[in-house]
Amino acid sequence: MRRESRLRAAAVHMFLACVCAVTLYPVLWVVKMAVSPAETLTLSANPFPERVTAGHFTTVLGATDSAGRWLFGRNLLASLAVSTATTIVGLLLAVTAAYALSRFRFPGRRSGLQALLMSQMFPATLMLIPIYSILQKLRLLNSLGGLVLVYSTTSLPFCVWMLKGYFDTIPRDLEEAALMDGATAWQAFMRVVLPLARPALVVTALFSFMTAWNEFILAATLLNDASLFTLPVALQRLVGEYKVEWGQFAAGALVVSAPVMALFFALQKHLVGGLTSGGVKG
Amino acid sequence: MNAELSLALVLAFAGSSGALASAAPLKLWHAYRGGEEKALESSVKLFERESGRKVELLALPYDVFASKLMAAIPHGVGPDVFIFAHERLRLFSRMGLLAAVDGEIDRPSYFPNTIEALEADGKLYGYPLSLKCLALYVNTQLVPRVPGTTDELRGLLSRLSSAGDNRFGLAYESGDFYLHAPFLFGFGGRLFDDTARAVFDTPEMARSLAFVKDLQDRRLIPEEASGALVKSLFGDGRAAMAISGPWFAGEIPKTVAYSVFPLPRVSETGLPMRPFLGVEAALVSSKSEDLGGALKLARFLSLGEASVLRAVVGGQVPANVAAYEHPEVRRDPIVSAFRAAAKNAVAMPNTLEMARVWEPMKLALQAALKGGALPAQAGALADRRYRALYRPRPPVASPVPYVLLALSAAVVAAFRLLRRPAPSLSFTKRYPDARRAFWYLAPAATGLIVLVLVPFVFGAAISFFHHDSGSYTFVGLSNFVDILASRGYRVTEPLSFYFTLAVTVLWTAVNVGLHVTIGLALALLLKDPLLRLKGVYRVLLIVPWAVPNYITALIWKGMFHRQFGAVNGILQALHLQPVGWFTRFSTAFAADVVTNTWLGFPFMMVVALGALQSIPPELYEAAEVDGASSWQKFRRITLPLLRPALLPAVILGSVWTFNMFNIIYLVSGGEPGGATDILVSEAYRWAFQRNEQYGFAAAYSVLIFITLLVWSALTQRFTQGAEETLS
Repeated sequence: MRRESRLRAAAVHMFLACVCAVTLYPVLWVVKMAVSPAETLTLSANPFPERVTAGHFTTVLGATDSAGRWLFGRNLLASLAVSTATTIVGLLLAVTAAYALSRFRFPGRRSGLQALLMSQMFPATLMLIPIYSILQKLRLLNSLGGLVLVYSTTSLPFCVWMLKGYFDTIPRDLEEAALMDGATAWQAFMRVVLPLARPALVVTALFSFMTAWNEFILAATLLNDASLFTLPVALQRLVGEYKVEWGQFAAGALVVSAPVMALFFALQKHLVGGLTSGGVKG
Repeated sequence: MNAELSLALVLAFAGSSGALASAAPLKLWHAYRGGEEKALESSVKLFERESGRKVELLALPYDVFASKLMAAIPHGVGPDVFIFAHERLRLFSRMGLLAAVDGEIDRPSYFPNTIEALEADGKLYGYPLSLKCLALYVNTQLVPRVPGTTDELRGLLSRLSSAGDNRFGLAYESGDFYLHAPFLFGFGGRLFDDTARAVFDTPEMARSLAFVKDLQDRRLIPEEASGALVKSLFGDGRAAMAISGPWFAGEIPKTVAYSVFPLPRVSETGLPMRPFLGVEAALVSSKSEDLGGALKLARFLSLGEASVLRAVVGGQVPANVAAYEHPEVRRDPIVSAFRAAAKNAVAMPNTLEMARVWEPMKLALQAALKGGALPAQAGALADRRYRALYRPRPPVASPVPYVLLALSAAVVAAFRLLRRPAPSLSFTKRYPDARRAFWYLAPAATGLIVLVLVPFVFGAAISFFHHDSGSYTFVGLSNFVDILASRGYRVTEPLSFYFTLAVTVLWTAVNVGLHVTIGLALALLLKDPLLRLKGVYRVLLIVPWAVPNYITALIWKGMFHRQFGAVNGILQALHLQPVGWFTRFSTAFAADVVTNTWLGFPFMMVVALGALQSIPPELYEAAEVDGASSWQKFRRITLPLLRPALLPAVILGSVWTFNMFNIIYLVSGGEPGGATDILVSEAYRWAFQRNEQYGFAAAYSVLIFITLLVWSALTQRFTQGAEETLS
């Protein structure tokens, strides 16, 4: 029995290692581009660099503007601010809306859900000019706040759907019990339902963060001030009309992805395990 | 100091708008990088010192530059001056973005063909800064003498190339029409007939294509060459020569000794290979609040010290004649070589007609080089595509019937709503939580209405208009009719809506299926709390989601390269035939799917990991007591209980995949011949690559919307079923 489970574990590890290898193979090429001095494509299947230099990283990290200000630091700060604010605003809007859609009965509930889905169906490229006009009218052009609002509404439909689906699986008995014990409806929502929905909150938080973190078209279009630009805009600057700075681009891409992986590593504990065994008994 | 300040304040308050405007810095937007950016910054500093005016520089990513200009300038928040290549000049001027400079400019200061390039509809726009054209880069250690004719070139190439160890005599981006144009012109071909319509199906076109195809078949030039590949091959001596522009000089490693020469003559015709001439210009915005200052800045940048800086620091080829009197510019071998090459160059027409040539020519080149068509037939192929893409303005329609129709529909709807029998219960009785629901929903709903619904209505309304460089005309439903009747091409052709729709549906189904299967399988393995290293696996497996997909998509494209890609490398190691991935629909589609699966499964895995937590573990314990097998547990517990939490991701995932533009665009680029394009990439092409036909693109988008709506109505029963079992 023990031997069998060990064999099984070994098989699982073998399989996962293979999947990871396939998954990471293209990323190794990005790493190779980032650390190779010549930044030329080596025309072979070997994804490991022959010579290593930190040159591309120092160029990307140390970039300054014409006034000598540290550009990367500003971009990073703007990116962190926008992404964090998007996550918070997006989650606040989504959690309340999803809870109402899951628990309350009111006219237009189902069509509201459908409308959320429909909002994802129209390709975004043609909405750029109207969004531009609206933000100008609201005096939110060239401000990170405007960008946060656009990103939050972009990520909202997924967040609401995801949370609503998850709230639906949490039995109502728990809230009713809390109400019987004298809690207000708001307290029951905040203290009982939200902690139980932690896995879904993690997924939506990560999703909102990513929506803002990697976007560059809206950011570059809506902002007119280089010191407000986010990291992806700075990264996209490396792609020119005639040539691309692949080495720097690869280094920048790795730098940009590092915080996401750190965030996910910190959140994944809450994504899985622990919570469900306690309270939820259907 | 203080007195100056108060004087300025007095002037400002006196309401003199001129004083106010001249106090504001001039805004200058550009997409330059590296040396070119440094040169510009230094020139701007010079201008500030000389004129006392402040200049605010904004460096933008090239990819968004044009669309940002088209959004910002009409809204009055654009730059005073911006730097752009002349190809879009006519579009910009017709959209009213540009101020003419006819009276201001001293024409003899610039090369005549650079001035000619900046003329549109009888007016001159902008000051020419620098010119770009193609020339021959020669590795002087490998090439004994510079080829003057194509016969000499061919002779040299067979000696310099060696197919076995992937050495080539010449490397250039053979699939790009910009690079092929010199061959076409060298063979005596022309692009436009006397009525200014493009012609493709000519003997000269066939001869030029056959010439290049022959070079490729004899493995004298690499296949599917990208800019990065040409750079690599020339940089490490595996290509003895390269065709490229002035920007290429900065990319060659110091170890390579090289010189630049004009392109050779075509032996059959005796004509020189004439490249396109591109002119970068300082363009003045029509909406500038200080036109005088803006003109002064633009002129300053194009002349004198600024043009010398451009050559010496930026490595650019100045359009200003006087710059070449400067000793440092004259001594620069690259700048002089390109100046010589530019004498043969053909100014690229800035017409809308020219903008329509790229796609058909790309089609012809790809077909000829990848074996989809004989060189003699490729021209006809391009001609067909060109005519299919040409859409004259449909007849102007009167909006009255449409407005009346919409109004009467609204009246009927309102009437039916009012005539509904009054419910026996009062509203508050039927919906006791409606008031609370309102407050919970109001913030999200406000945001969605303002930033999603309103833009959507505007976007959708454009589909009733025809857009032609800045002016919209109401044409009723004719955009839709043209798309649905697939006017100009057969229903079974890649350009047809129905063909693209079928590809899109297939694309969505395959991708979502793979995402969910792989994501769920991994989530099931990784949810095991006893599994060691689970945190590491989880983080490693989300890497594809975390790294910006622009770069990973291009890495995948590189891995599918015919000659150098890792995938074919593996196939060869297994003694299988290498595959030309982008020559056939099936393989190109497979390459897209593989890339998108790789990018998409981590998200589904994360969602599934979260969703799995909604299943109470007691159910599994009970099932175990009953002696259920793992498969039974999965089938009877996991799947049905996972549905409510996973379904939103699956439904939304399919909508996103349906509209997944990036991967198609970056990996297969629609090849072969637009067959792997999906609806949204087709809409994108109509909006941005086929003369900004926004109305037509919007009609495509509305059809995408309707298709997805029908699809979601079909799946609604499914979701309702899930909802009812649980609530």
